[in-house]
Amino acid sequence: MSELTHLTLAEARDRLVKGETSAVELTRAHIAQVEAKRHLNAFITETPERALAEAEASDARRRQGTAGAMDGLPIGVKDLFCTEGVRTTAASKILDGFVPPYESTVSGNLKKAGAISLGKLNLDEFAMGSSNKTSAFGPAINPWTRRSDPAAKLVPGGSSGGSAAAVAARMVLGATGTDTGGSIRQPAAFCGITGIKPTYGRCSRYGIVAFASSLDQAGPMARTVRDCAIMLGAMAGFDPKDSTSVNLKVPDFEAALTGDIRGLKVGIPREYRPDGLSAEISDVWEKGIAWLKDAGAEPVEINLPHTKYALPTYYIVAPAEASSNLARYDGLRFGQRVPGKSLDEMYAKSRAAGFGPEVRRRILIGTYVLSAGYYDAYYAKAQKVRRLIAEDFRKAFETVDVILTPTAPSPAFGLNENTDDPVTMWLNDVFTIPTSLAGLPGLSLPAGLSSDGLPLGLQLIGRPFDEETVFKVAGVMESAAGFDLSPEGV
Amino acid sequence: MSLDISAVRAIATLARIELGEEELAPLAGELSNILNFVEQLSEVNTDGIEPMSSVADLGLPMRADLVTDGDIAEQILANAPEAAEGFFTVPKVVE
Repeated sequence: MSELTHLTLAEARDRLVKGETSAVELTRAHIAQVEAKRHLNAFITETPERALAEAEASDARRRQGTAGAMDGLPIGVKDLFCTEGVRTTAASKILDGFVPPYESTVSGNLKKAGAISLGKLNLDEFAMGSSNKTSAFGPAINPWTRRSDPAAKLVPGGSSGGSAAAVAARMVLGATGTDTGGSIRQPAAFCGITGIKPTYGRCSRYGIVAFASSLDQAGPMARTVRDCAIMLGAMAGFDPKDSTSVNLKVPDFEAALTGDIRGLKVGIPREYRPDGLSAEISDVWEKGIAWLKDAGAEPVEINLPHTKYALPTYYIVAPAEASSNLARYDGLRFGQRVPGKSLDEMYAKSRAAGFGPEVRRRILIGTYVLSAGYYDAYYAKAQKVRRLIAEDFRKAFETVDVILTPTAPSPAFGLNENTDDPVTMWLNDVFTIPTSLAGLPGLSLPAGLSSDGLPLGLQLIGRPFDEETVFKVAGVMESAAGFDLSPEGV
Repeated sequence: MSLDISAVRAIATLARIELGEEELAPLAGELSNILNFVEQLSEVNTDGIEPMSSVADLGLPMRADLVTDGDIAEQILANAPEAAEGFFTVPKVVE
């Protein structure tokens, strides 16, 4: 362990600016931590030589006075972002051997800002999962453990589980994630870090391996709200290569952290208090409400009446889009090929060998709900309910500025729990999916520990393209929570 | 809604995923559970509601219809499992 790996991203940046450390020093310290924490299986591909070469170039830029906003800061990239010349797997066997000839816009933006990538981070296969257990490269492990049973391995959440584990274990200062139904926020909550899924359209999807295109959105995962604000500023921006990227100026997110939330109205949705919500989750939520009140904000009870339909809506819309997006894996242009007597047989054999069980299940469901005779009953119906869910939020935001909810219904669970039924696993995302369907920004920050010593997260949801208010409120909550605990051994 | 083995076989054919006979019954069970779970949407009144295909209700942007790249066949074929003479190769499709 080195002191340098315990700096926040903002602190490391400030030291670099003052010349108190160098990009090479920071990068070396983090590479050592990546090696020390390899048992967490957070990385699929490590790129230390590349990182050190980039760090030297970064130090040279700083001497010349041309350093960017994230120059010299070691980060990790979820292995769903295509990276030029660096193997990209989506944690699937079907992309075996794929080395992209181009760079995703978001990882390219980070590079342009000077960030140093230490490699590609583990995830659920094609980002489909809430535990990181569907990865073809084995699960990433949560650096946190239960007080009652420190030997039991826990999941880091998913799908951005490698990203969350790497940030929590101080292997990187920040990491990219992607979020389709909670894949940034739920792992952030499980690993005691902060992550934000920005508004749909804020970050370009170009070069991100597609799962469900109307929902997928990239965002930062880091240890503080300020770190996420800095990183989102570098990732976001209009990109003509993504037709749903929005042509809006990227605000100075860091400047939004004024600490002043007096008079802000914070919505507390009644529907997020289902029967059987654990007392621990409910308590941490109450604490969050109290912190905001103390800071001069006003909690307001609101209704989001279609909340209970978000999960079934998502599990029609997302697999439908996935079945269409994943049709491109044909064993022909890239990835793994299994020979067949005919073209169709080659497709079917390659896809059977390449896709894991959860991905297959979702492709099959998606294929079914889009098939002739069932399209209206399932897909069109789900799209209509999606509009009602989005409308619930629109109406709520006529009276409130931000919404506060728990991030997940439980703390991190064991590697061997929640395995029997896919629907039980999906319930992890019950609080994050509605935001995704409505395309709104959602941030998770650590708010406390469970009785067994595991992090619990709270979620802040904002108006479209109002990440600034989300950051501002999150900054106040972060100070009140005082959560600076590291997992054992980190 | 429950799916039987022959329905699963038909869906798998549409999805171009080869399934072994022994995989069909468990999948029929799993997929039926999922369909039963999403069935609850039928209780929502959606009369007169427009389906929402995207949250970005901004319309699709237009761009000039110009060639912006090309001559990168080598790059495109670099990841092909099998390629020859500047082409992807496939099993014979015409006898």
